[in-house]
Amino acid sequence: MNLNDLPAGADTDHQLTVAGKTYNSKLLVGTGKYKDFQETRDAVVASDTDIVTVTVRRVNIGQHQNEPNLLDFVPPGEFTILPNTGGCYNAADAVYTLQMAREMLGGHSLCKLEVLGDEKTLFPNMPETLKAAETLIKDGFDVMVYCSDDPIQAKMLEDMGCVAIMPLASLIGSGMGILNPWNLSLIIEQTQVPVIVDAGVGTASDAAIAMELGCDGVLMNTAIAKANDPIRMALAMRDAVRAGRNAYLAGRMPKRFAASPSSPMAGLMT
Amino acid sequence: MNAIQIELNGRPHPADATYTLADLVAKLGLAGKSLAISINREVVKRGDWPTRRIEAADRIEIVHAIGGG
Repeated sequence: MNLNDLPAGADTDHQLTVAGKTYNSKLLVGTGKYKDFQETRDAVVASDTDIVTVTVRRVNIGQHQNEPNLLDFVPPGEFTILPNTGGCYNAADAVYTLQMAREMLGGHSLCKLEVLGDEKTLFPNMPETLKAAETLIKDGFDVMVYCSDDPIQAKMLEDMGCVAIMPLASLIGSGMGILNPWNLSLIIEQTQVPVIVDAGVGTASDAAIAMELGCDGVLMNTAIAKANDPIRMALAMRDAVRAGRNAYLAGRMPKRFAASPSSPMAGLMT
Repeated sequence: MNAIQIELNGRPHPADATYTLADLVAKLGLAGKSLAISINREVVKRGDWPTRRIEAADRIEIVHAIGGG
């Protein structure tokens, strides 16, 4: 048996194209909540992702000047660094954060916008998200946007020029999985740019379900970082995203309320 | 020497009016690191650090990348 004997195209379409650039994986991973930078790197490598999110914070002045930097472990030459605006609760802070990130990364325009609504739910503040997206797009950013799973506002963000729509599947860091597949399906169906489920995935089956809905990608952090074995979970997520994509493209069998034998009855020895 | 006080990452910090941003970065031991700097919430491009002088009461922020999702 040799997988190379499969018909051409049998296992293709696992790439992701955002803002005109093609990446080799539909999985995007965050770098928060790991034990240390080495574990971060090991999990990122195991996930086989191309796109890694980071956040931007003040340097601790006068302390730990010789400590390693995250970007030494996930260098921009090896991965596409996607700066986010985690912790921002209004448009002005989010725009400023991404302007700083762009400068830090040498002018790189791809970013993840998230403007949060409150600390308990980390639900997006959509009016502020729309405001920030408009400013950032005018300023030349390619905006991938974390948003609610409301198809109307998702459409507004797409029409404005966001390069990826990233609705939550459930609350950030909750691991509750895909709670409203119907809304996600509505967004997937109407959207021309990539739809990436961002937030809520807890385990590999959640990632597969997201991909089976027809998403273009999944972005996750806590599901890998807070697994007992993050590296093993990163491998599971890599496989789940591919499995879900293949299942979506394969087209599932219809559900039926009666059994249907897999073995033919004809020629049965009685 | 012309001692001044600035606000650096939200805290008072002594500096000198002859300093450029590049001087400040070097004094802090941060030269060569992946950073971004703003003065009064305005991003200062890395290429301008050697010529941009610090003024009294400037609010300077120096940021770097950390883990996030």
